[in-house]
Amino acid sequence: MTQRYVMSIDQGTTSTRCILFDQRARLVSVAQREQQQYFPQPGWVEQDAVEIWRNVDRIVPRALADAGISADQVMALGIANQRETTVVWDRRTGTPVGRAIVWQDVRTEELVREFERKPDADTVRDRCGLPLATYFAAPRLRWLLDSVPGLRDRAERGDVLFGTMETWLIWNLTGGIDGGLHLTDVTNASRTLLMNLATLAWDDELLSFFDIPKRMLPEIQPSTADFGHTKRVVPGLRIAAALGDQHAALFGQTCFARGETKCTYGTGSFLLMNTGRELVRSTHGLLTTIGYQLGGEPAVYALEGPIAVTGSLVQWFRDSLGLISSAPEIETLARTVQDNGGCYIVPAFSGLFAPHWHSEARGIIVGLTSYITKGHLARAVLEATGWQTREVVDAMNADSGLTASTLRVDGGMTADHLLMQFIADVLDLPVMRPIVAETVSLGAAYAAGLGVGFWPDLEGLRRNWHLAARWLPQLDASRRAAEYANWQRAVELTFGWAQPRRPV
Amino acid sequence: MPGPVQAIERAAAILRLLARGSGRLGVGEIAASLDLAKGTAHGILRTLHGVGFVEQDAATGKYQLGAALLHLGTSYLDVNELRSRAINWADALAARSGEAVRIGTPLEGNALVVHHVFRPDDTLQTLDVGTLLPLHATALGKVLLAYDADLAASAQRSDLPSLTRRTVVNAAALSRALAQVRENGWAGEAEEFMPGEAGIAAPIRSYGGLVVGAIGITGAADRLCDGRLRPRPELVTLVRNAARAVSRDLGAGR
Repeated sequence: MTQRYVMSIDQGTTSTRCILFDQRARLVSVAQREQQQYFPQPGWVEQDAVEIWRNVDRIVPRALADAGISADQVMALGIANQRETTVVWDRRTGTPVGRAIVWQDVRTEELVREFERKPDADTVRDRCGLPLATYFAAPRLRWLLDSVPGLRDRAERGDVLFGTMETWLIWNLTGGIDGGLHLTDVTNASRTLLMNLATLAWDDELLSFFDIPKRMLPEIQPSTADFGHTKRVVPGLRIAAALGDQHAALFGQTCFARGETKCTYGTGSFLLMNTGRELVRSTHGLLTTIGYQLGGEPAVYALEGPIAVTGSLVQWFRDSLGLISSAPEIETLARTVQDNGGCYIVPAFSGLFAPHWHSEARGIIVGLTSYITKGHLARAVLEATGWQTREVVDAMNADSGLTASTLRVDGGMTADHLLMQFIADVLDLPVMRPIVAETVSLGAAYAAGLGVGFWPDLEGLRRNWHLAARWLPQLDASRRAAEYANWQRAVELTFGWAQPRRPV
Repeated sequence: MPGPVQAIERAAAILRLLARGSGRLGVGEIAASLDLAKGTAHGILRTLHGVGFVEQDAATGKYQLGAALLHLGTSYLDVNELRSRAINWADALAARSGEAVRIGTPLEGNALVVHHVFRPDDTLQTLDVGTLLPLHATALGKVLLAYDADLAASAQRSDLPSLTRRTVVNAAALSRALAQVRENGWAGEAEEFMPGEAGIAAPIRSYGGLVVGAIGITGAADRLCDGRLRPRPELVTLVRNAARAVSRDLGAGR
């Protein structure tokens, strides 16, 4: 019998990867290309959507060739993507209007402050589950409409289309200017500030609040749905799923039951808890979002705590301070000492995300004495990721009324044993790493494979999940409490540092 | 006996040159100083750059001595770096073989476990990263001994404790076993460390083929071995493929 496979495309912040999985969810081939990041001004982060599309055009055939399989052996294609990154393009030429504005970009800070002053600003969160912040797509889209001459007219005439990266890729894959489908999924739409969380549709009040023409928005689909067939790159592939990357990781970690929680540790870290069919409105600084929605079923909701700076703090320690020559060496350096020596680092490099949402906060190193060595600093760097996780988990338990009983982890930083042990210690929970580290790609593949019957049901997927490592809490309770209190005091010191820029 | 290798002499001259004065030179300056063709100097510099002996300034393109030279005598590859680079391949080996995976490096006459992936059957297992294993009685240890003459010599001088009735405790027998490991490119362990347990391991190599660690699987002898306690060839192939994949990532065979 001919072997059959599922393909995933993970369009991430730094690169795009195409991975083929077999029926036992084992990785068969990987093809990857990085895209360039542009930093035209402080706080601005851009990417070229055309370059990303060209990369997809290259890696999809390469992944097939490396595995030695033909397109008709691929049962389905699932797409996962960096979220909130915003692109607008001309539907007749396929040409983007400027570069895509990336999720880390904070050019809309002033605009968001203006939105906050509007009388109905407090209804935004009720409708879409998100706080007003530069992090999400709607202010970027509004910025483009305000800044690009003539764009608003073109949008109102229906000449230009808006999308996050999955929308851009699906439109191009399904034909582009030649009948491409303009679609998004509920998880990505839930990150725009424009979708009503209860109805799962674009919200007219929100559209008018942000003043966005509805005609330019894609149609919202469940995460597993008919997203059409590819007409370009490799024709005939059935696009059966699309999800934001963190939602895909939740799915890949098989967090299908209420209360199941995962954290992906990368440049930033993203903790998501499945809250089932219940839409939990956060009162503790978390985001309410869609976990996933299988076609024909109600949506599964999730609470999310995004942490802006975790792995990037290690990169800063390596590149800007030069105290280590590779990121994994942080563990070696940290192990040269027994504890943090009283030193704490709060990496509020561009403000603090969940659960604080202080955009004016700035980073701090506190507790310096002549006793502190670079080893203590290395400890403090790793501990910052642990404590930030603890704050988000506490908020999650308080909001959901559920208590996470374990934390499933993935991402590059899970190779750091000192950090994983520290997270188990500060959460007082077992930390579990699954055997497939590529949970984003796997989640997109799972969703797509499930959509076409390649895998029968969620239980079948659960059986593919195997434990690769587990860290059990070892720290005593009084020490944990004392350290957490210190951390919280350090966090408070970061608040209110940055002042609004004065006009020159 | 063959004469001196010219390329190595030239590489040594380049390093001596960079060790002098300001320590930052462009390829043209180096070529001129040593009376080499620019292409030749560039080729040698690229090679030295590849092994970390020189570094190139991104802004000016000038070369200087690399950090790796300063650490020649100390640990060659950070163990946490090794784990980070090997983690995906170790996971894949555990998934394909159905057995627990460990990576070991030498430490004070033992094999230090620097990475451990659970056997993917969801039974209760405990991480044993940081554990020391006896070199002479484990597949991981035998790989480390086989490719490190100093380590092997000191192991053979010391006592080889008997852990099971199958442990190799005789220096000459160990020496023969290590020769076999080098010939095969992998090591086996059959009830030599623990009764009923077996292991298979292969070397992880870095630039120039230098062995920096060993990766292997362990599990019940009746799963890993045939009726005569010989490791199953299909599992040996999986272990060797994983070791090669990690080695490629670390720059071996380039």
